[in-house]
Amino acid sequence: MVDAALEPPTMAGVPRRRFGLHRAMQRKSTIAFAMTLPLILLIALLVIYPAFYSLHLATLNKSMERFVGFGNFLFLFRRETFWMVVKQSCIFAITAVIFKAIIGFIVAHFVHNIPSKGQRKWRGMLLVPWVIPPAMSCLCWLWLFDPSYSAFNWILDKFSISPIAWTGDAYWARFSVILVNVWIGAPFFMIMYLAALKSVPEQLYEAAEIDGANWWQRMWYITLPMMRNIIAITALFSLIVTFANFDIVRILTAGGPIDHTHVFATWSFWLGIQGGDIPLGASVSLFMLPILAVAAVFILRDIHRRGSEAS
Amino acid sequence: MAQVSLRKVVKRFDDTEAVRGIDLDIADKEFVVLVGPSGCGKSTTLRMIAGLEEVSAGEIVVDGEVVNDVPPKDRDMAMVFQNYALYPHMTVYENMSFGLRLKHYPKDEIARRVTEAARILDITELLDRKPRQLSGGQRQRVAMGRAIVRNPRVFLFDEPLSNLDAKLRVQMRTEIKRVHQKVRTTTVYVTHDQVEAMTLADRVVVMNRGTIEQIGTPNDLYHAPTTRFVAGFIGSPAMNFMPCRLEEADRALVIRLSEQIALPVPDTRAARYSPHVGRSGLIFGLRPEHLTEARSNGERHIGIIEAVLEVTEPLGMETLVFFTIDGVEVCGRVHPNAGVREGLHMKLAAQLDHMHLIDGASGRVL
Amino acid sequence: MTVASLATAERPRSRRRYGSISRDRRWALRWSYFFLALFAVFFLTPPVYMLITSLKTSAEISAATNPWWVFHPTLGNYLELLTSSQYLTFFRNSALVSVIVVTITMLISVPAAFALSRMRFWGSGALATGVFLTYLIPETLLFIPLFKMFAVFHEVTGIQLINRWWVLLILYPTLTVPFCTWIMIGYFASIPKELDEAALMDGANYRQILTRVFIPVALPGLIAATIFAFTVSWAQFLYPLAFTTSTDQLVLPVGIITSLIKGDVFNWGQIMTGALLGAAPPLIIYAFLMDYYIAGLTAGATKG
Repeated sequence: MVDAALEPPTMAGVPRRRFGLHRAMQRKSTIAFAMTLPLILLIALLVIYPAFYSLHLATLNKSMERFVGFGNFLFLFRRETFWMVVKQSCIFAITAVIFKAIIGFIVAHFVHNIPSKGQRKWRGMLLVPWVIPPAMSCLCWLWLFDPSYSAFNWILDKFSISPIAWTGDAYWARFSVILVNVWIGAPFFMIMYLAALKSVPEQLYEAAEIDGANWWQRMWYITLPMMRNIIAITALFSLIVTFANFDIVRILTAGGPIDHTHVFATWSFWLGIQGGDIPLGASVSLFMLPILAVAAVFILRDIHRRGSEAS
Repeated sequence: MAQVSLRKVVKRFDDTEAVRGIDLDIADKEFVVLVGPSGCGKSTTLRMIAGLEEVSAGEIVVDGEVVNDVPPKDRDMAMVFQNYALYPHMTVYENMSFGLRLKHYPKDEIARRVTEAARILDITELLDRKPRQLSGGQRQRVAMGRAIVRNPRVFLFDEPLSNLDAKLRVQMRTEIKRVHQKVRTTTVYVTHDQVEAMTLADRVVVMNRGTIEQIGTPNDLYHAPTTRFVAGFIGSPAMNFMPCRLEEADRALVIRLSEQIALPVPDTRAARYSPHVGRSGLIFGLRPEHLTEARSNGERHIGIIEAVLEVTEPLGMETLVFFTIDGVEVCGRVHPNAGVREGLHMKLAAQLDHMHLIDGASGRVL
Repeated sequence: MTVASLATAERPRSRRRYGSISRDRRWALRWSYFFLALFAVFFLTPPVYMLITSLKTSAEISAATNPWWVFHPTLGNYLELLTSSQYLTFFRNSALVSVIVVTITMLISVPAAFALSRMRFWGSGALATGVFLTYLIPETLLFIPLFKMFAVFHEVTGIQLINRWWVLLILYPTLTVPFCTWIMIGYFASIPKELDEAALMDGANYRQILTRVFIPVALPGLIAATIFAFTVSWAQFLYPLAFTTSTDQLVLPVGIITSLIKGDVFNWGQIMTGALLGAAPPLIIYAFLMDYYIAGLTAGATKG
């Protein structure tokens, strides 16, 4: 490789001292390190350090003067809201990701089916929910779900169905949060799966057709296995992002009604920033770590596997 | 213009030695070709000369100066890559002038050099195009232009014709030779194609598994190979190798190929070969072009081989014939009008002035 | 069968042949378009509804007529917002923050990606994976400790970091730099190594190789990464919500929500207008640079 270019002299007996700094500056590793330094600093100071600091904060009392060890955690375990938050965070994340994956997969297939000239147009239209900043689109959904003026309820009324309290009723509120989550995220899945679909060689399908496979068999034996990697990675990514999501719940329901839609992110915001109890807020958000760590392990494993497959 | 020497150069990758100590002296203005099968270390050697690979041991000397630690950009060498390596976002003109622009040459000097190089290579109309608009041959010329423009001490070519189709390869081969005659610069050229080596080189360096098998002019290598590898590598179709025994009969030496076939050794060689009578593992080497149909004009030192032809390949200017002796396939070249066909029982004449006797164990030509 | 009857038997079939698409294929196409239209309705209803509402006066909204149709369209909401200094301040803050963050991000990511993809040095592999992993640490985990860190910083140095819009310039890069670096590593890695070597032989040092060869050749990747960084910065909600509170420091997403909602009265016409205008920049970039936008998304996953 190109390592030779900037290595310092290795011959014995050659006086090196006056070239010392010059050589050091030229060393490839020095330049490379300098180029990555801002990145390393940024991540170390503003990501790694706060993550650990969070662990420390979680062990303090509310006014952050005393060390209380696991006090905050025990306090949380005893509160019913905490377990609701755990349950809700998990259910939202898993349900939303499943639906996003399914819808994304189906839509990707339809887009893939139509002639390529039209694909661009449709793809463009269908990705819009992902492009709009979530904060803005959640406002729109809030308006669509408005207790008095809901446009959806207006349609229901035309069919003589009684209006639904989209954000007022606990179960409907959960439904609404998942719905908005799926609405925003499915297009992302669609794009990913579409890219993966396109990468499956057409000849495989032709060979399978000649061998007598129907569309279901082609899907099961060709499409899904070839797309396995993308399906896994996209799902894992989305799981992490959905699990830690803040915007949707905050704007749509602010965690209500009666904490029935709170997730880790919103509840820790409520306790930490709005409630002024930083250590408690930190404790809550730390519970996201186990799930994130597990997902990260799976992602890493997948990347390494693909890296070694490629080589 | 420069004189390049390699002294006991070794290259190690982790635990394997890709180049195991080679010595080579290249004279100024000489066109030297490094040739050998893949993995023999020729490209690695070239890259060490260029400075793209670090030298594990030994010295690379250019014009008397050891350049092991001099970075590529300071060695004043230019390289033409197998895949052309043209900058895709620059026009041909910009590609060719890149090196000069980096060194801040004045604009008119750059223009002069580029137009001159373009003229030599016949690519003047292409100067405004981008690489993706060019054909393979045109790209290769631009790559050469990029090298010429810098007026370096040494030209380095790394299998430049491997990506071209056969016909284009022949054309470009002639181009390269023409250019070398115009721009007389020391050139080191790497290829796996022995035809390129033979046609282009002043001297050929045959490499195999990290070492040099033989250095010599094309003629030397063809007529006087020193190892079995060189004998079999140079020339196409390859030399015939047949296990044989050296026997003495009536104070004359005889090569016995089989029960039926015995060839008289020319007396010019008797002295050379006599110490090896009765030795095991000897191999008889003869090029197909020296195994022809029997002619009546009484050439000296002819041995007759009778054979049943198994395959014939008519090539137009000659016909290749294949047969076996004791299970070993042998190839001969006969006149196209010799009326050969499969199954023909034929007498072939072996021109034994051109024979080689090889020691099977060491591979050395005796 | 006679030749004549054979001929007549063939003709109807050849007349029915329409182009070269068989009947099955045509039906599959029709179903595809049908479902695509359904999904399009699903995905596009909210933005369309935003537009509809934005064209209504407050009177029309409270009159509770058909919410899906505008009877008396008006641009009043747009005029009000576009002349409101408060809204324009939000817009200005968002624009400033996004543009500066994009610049900072590219200045950090591109050299780092170059070093990580081309210059093998001790730990470069681990660092590249590490960069990717940091992308997985959500901001919802970090905002609390960061909040406390900034408060402590204020106590120690007297520099107020909370409630200043430029604090976002420090925070946003943590969201954009890891992924942008990852994208650029992918694009740089796909440049053939011979190009480096040719440039080295031509006499270029590493800086020149980066600026004169890599950046031009990897330009699509740069554009994709820039778009990604901009879109993420523009849409950020949590960090500004936590770290900025006074009206003149707010960026668009937070500004719309906190200031257009005064007490219990929701001026939905204006809110929707504000939201639509706020969604406009990403949408416009998307409309013109859709391919780069999508390339940025897929680069992360498919290049692994």
